[in-house]
Amino acid sequence: MKFLIAIILTALLGYAAPLFLPWWSFAATSFIVAVIVHQKAASAFLAGFAGLFLLWGMHALLLDSANNHLLATKIAQVLGIGSSAFMLVLVTALVGGLVSGFAALAGSFTRKPS
Amino acid sequence: MRWFLSVLSAVITVALIVLLDKPVAMGNVKTPRLGYFLSPQKGFWQNAEADTKKFDGNIQSAYLQGKTDVYFDDRLVPHVYAEHETDAYFVQGYLHARFRLWQMEFQTHAAGGRLSEIMGASYAGTDFLSIDKFFRRLGMVYAAEQSLKVMEADEIIKPEIDAYTAGVNAYIASLDEGSLPLEYKLLDYKPESWTNLKTALFMKYMAYDLAGFEEDFEKTNAKHIFTKEQFKKLYPYGQDILDPVIAKGTPIAKSALVVKKPATADSLYFDFRKNDSIPVKVKLKPDPANGSNNWAVAGSKTKSGKPILCNDPHLGLNLPSIWYEMQISTPEFNAYGATFPGTPSVVIGFNDSCAFGFTNAERDVRDYYEITFRDTSMREYWFDSTWQPTTFRDEVIKIKGAPADTQHIAMTVWGPVMYDSRYEDALKDGKAYACRWKAHDASNELLTFNRLNRAKNFNDYTNAIATYQCPGQNMVFAAKNGDIAIRQQGQFPAKWRWQGDFAMPGSDSAYRWQSMIPDSMNITMLNPQRGFVSSANQYPYDTAYPYYLGGSYPPYRGFIINWKLANRQNFTAEDMQIMQTDNYNVFARLAKPVLTKYMDASQLSNSEKKLYDIFIAWNLRNDAAEKGASVFTAWYDSLMSVMYQDEFAQTQLPLPEPAQSSLLEGIGKDSLYEFADDIRTPQKETITDMVVLAFKKAAEVLQKANTGNSLAWGKFKDSGIRHLLRIPALSRLHLLAGGGVHIINAHKQYHGPSWRMVVHLTDETEAYGIYPGGQSGNPGSKYYDNFINDWVQGKYYRIKIVGQDVAAKEMVKGKIVFSKA
Repeated sequence: MKFLIAIILTALLGYAAPLFLPWWSFAATSFIVAVIVHQKAASAFLAGFAGLFLLWGMHALLLDSANNHLLATKIAQVLGIGSSAFMLVLVTALVGGLVSGFAALAGSFTRKPS
Repeated sequence: MRWFLSVLSAVITVALIVLLDKPVAMGNVKTPRLGYFLSPQKGFWQNAEADTKKFDGNIQSAYLQGKTDVYFDDRLVPHVYAEHETDAYFVQGYLHARFRLWQMEFQTHAAGGRLSEIMGASYAGTDFLSIDKFFRRLGMVYAAEQSLKVMEADEIIKPEIDAYTAGVNAYIASLDEGSLPLEYKLLDYKPESWTNLKTALFMKYMAYDLAGFEEDFEKTNAKHIFTKEQFKKLYPYGQDILDPVIAKGTPIAKSALVVKKPATADSLYFDFRKNDSIPVKVKLKPDPANGSNNWAVAGSKTKSGKPILCNDPHLGLNLPSIWYEMQISTPEFNAYGATFPGTPSVVIGFNDSCAFGFTNAERDVRDYYEITFRDTSMREYWFDSTWQPTTFRDEVIKIKGAPADTQHIAMTVWGPVMYDSRYEDALKDGKAYACRWKAHDASNELLTFNRLNRAKNFNDYTNAIATYQCPGQNMVFAAKNGDIAIRQQGQFPAKWRWQGDFAMPGSDSAYRWQSMIPDSMNITMLNPQRGFVSSANQYPYDTAYPYYLGGSYPPYRGFIINWKLANRQNFTAEDMQIMQTDNYNVFARLAKPVLTKYMDASQLSNSEKKLYDIFIAWNLRNDAAEKGASVFTAWYDSLMSVMYQDEFAQTQLPLPEPAQSSLLEGIGKDSLYEFADDIRTPQKETITDMVVLAFKKAAEVLQKANTGNSLAWGKFKDSGIRHLLRIPALSRLHLLAGGGVHIINAHKQYHGPSWRMVVHLTDETEAYGIYPGGQSGNPGSKYYDNFINDWVQGKYYRIKIVGQDVAAKEMVKGKIVFSKA
């Protein structure tokens, strides 16, 4: 349950913060979520990772499908990762997830295990 | 321990963020800031436009005086209905920026020598700093500043450009990180405010592109190597086949203005075979194929009895396109056509009374003068037997990631000293050259477009074009009352024969442009007996014209257009579309008998003979599937090369390439053409030797193409429409398309008909148009390149020029309402 709440909070705040702040501001909210909704290091990392992985992945997937994969196909070529739009969605989700995961890990380590 | 792990994780997080927030070198380019770029909320995903997107909006601005409604039709062409004329220009600026902002800024940065600011000194193998230096030293900013003064002093144009600039800036102000155009995200920079100077710079960019072609240094080199007789054969004045824009026999009044050749010209200027060449390496040249076709036929030659006007400007084909289509309707006028993102008004188009189009005049209006400085400070130069003071312009070129570069440019009576010993492209002999260019003069070309947009008749057209200076254009006109007309309009220096073809002495005012050709000597053809007017960049007049027509004029398109127009009747708009996209190669038609006369097929191998048979059986059309067109093109190119390479090898320096017509007409009438002999061998080669050798050399390339299954002309030519940054994924490459040089459908590899328009001036205007691009500059939009396939197929779109009531009912892609705040 805690794990799920952490994912949802990470995603929600990870969406809200960049509305006003730079793209990386979700790292701060993921950190805070991990401090407040405290879990073991591994779970905290996974929840932080999953929150942003799902947020960025779903968001990119939505934009990509509304766009008929037109732009993502081109950008994948520009970035040299083939021409698969889905691959670019995956890369996007991974990048968000990784940053968020480490931020959550740092948050989790600030408190003693209960 | 936990504390340590927390800090460690935090450090990793921050390090990741820092890494993802920085461009990283990837080969000779840099990645975008990947974290930002991939962020679905802010990065490139935001540019992935939904397939079903509607372009609705509500814009309020204190700048506006009233209400303007904009409706987008199914091709995303905006139809603008403004209560006030200046509001229409605001809206035009806003729409240009909304759909083409990045391109507008990039092109004006190019014109102003500022690309290094955004690209760095070099990017993807392109030396942007040297491009910037070239444009600064050519005086592009100086020229734009000169023109801006008269534009802002003009009571019609001042409010027009002010409103346009305000509209662009209203859009820029609405942007945030997420809504920035894609290229800003890729290259990691932000747009700056638009200014009237940028509009002036765009106009000067067109002047560079269309009135910036000259080969003065190359010709000077040629002069020093060849005899006068050889020079005249290599670079003849006029052509046998010439059918000028203003038909031979059109009366030309005697001009009071007589230009005098300087007394020293024979000894100092016509110093052929002096063997003292100029090692200047000229970096940038506009494409000499920048040209166009236009024509208008009178009602006497159309089925409907009403005139038809056609125009297709040939320019470099890029994405986003140089053109943006729109309808602008105000209480004063209702115009439709192709517009330049970067400037107000419709440029090529029509209104409820008439239609107008342009082709390039091709006249040489840029010359160089050798400057003798007193010393290296460049503070004084020798002019008319005294030391004259210079002034200086310091052009500061900012460079991304490096200290700025300053170009210290001496200004003389001629213009800016473009080449001197401090410029790295300088002449190795330490000589300096000032540039005199017509585009340096203050001029107000926008006034012409403003007036054409509202022109009602021939008098309005004449009045509209009267003030137009540069780049000179063949301006075609047709009106619903039945009038058709054409005039080559511009301000052109009155020159004596060969004036300015070579670098001139800058110490003697006798070599100046003595005067501009009087406007009365720009001849208008109005309603000629033959029932049509046309132009295709050929000589404007025959060479009996009293002033020297220096320039570079391809004759064949004009020849075939006039032949077709003269020999047919009952034209319809559809006939005109067929003609505008016609791939018949009249140059090949004329060259074939000459080539076959000299060819000795017995010297060909079996495989070469097969290629030759393809040529013999060819239908003389450059359609995409024709193999004969590839054989002919490769053969003729090869012949140009083998014919002249030995003479040209006399120097390491650049020489002007002779025109293809000069070779054809040369060997056509002279079987002992002197350049056939390879001067490096003891024996005397004949034209036949060259023709056979050229074929054998071409056959190597052609055979390779044949084994690769790409001998068909469309594959051999391998056309494409490239993104301005030359990024393949954002370009449309390998289009299977016909056309080519000397063909009405002048579609070369990356160059060609950038807007095809046919306007039938019936009571209710029947107009068609298409350009190889799309209305949106966003590579993430389906409107980015959606016209290209139809354009390649030679299809046209029926243009909707409608009233607001119809637009409101039929145009479903969106509506933007602009109103006073």
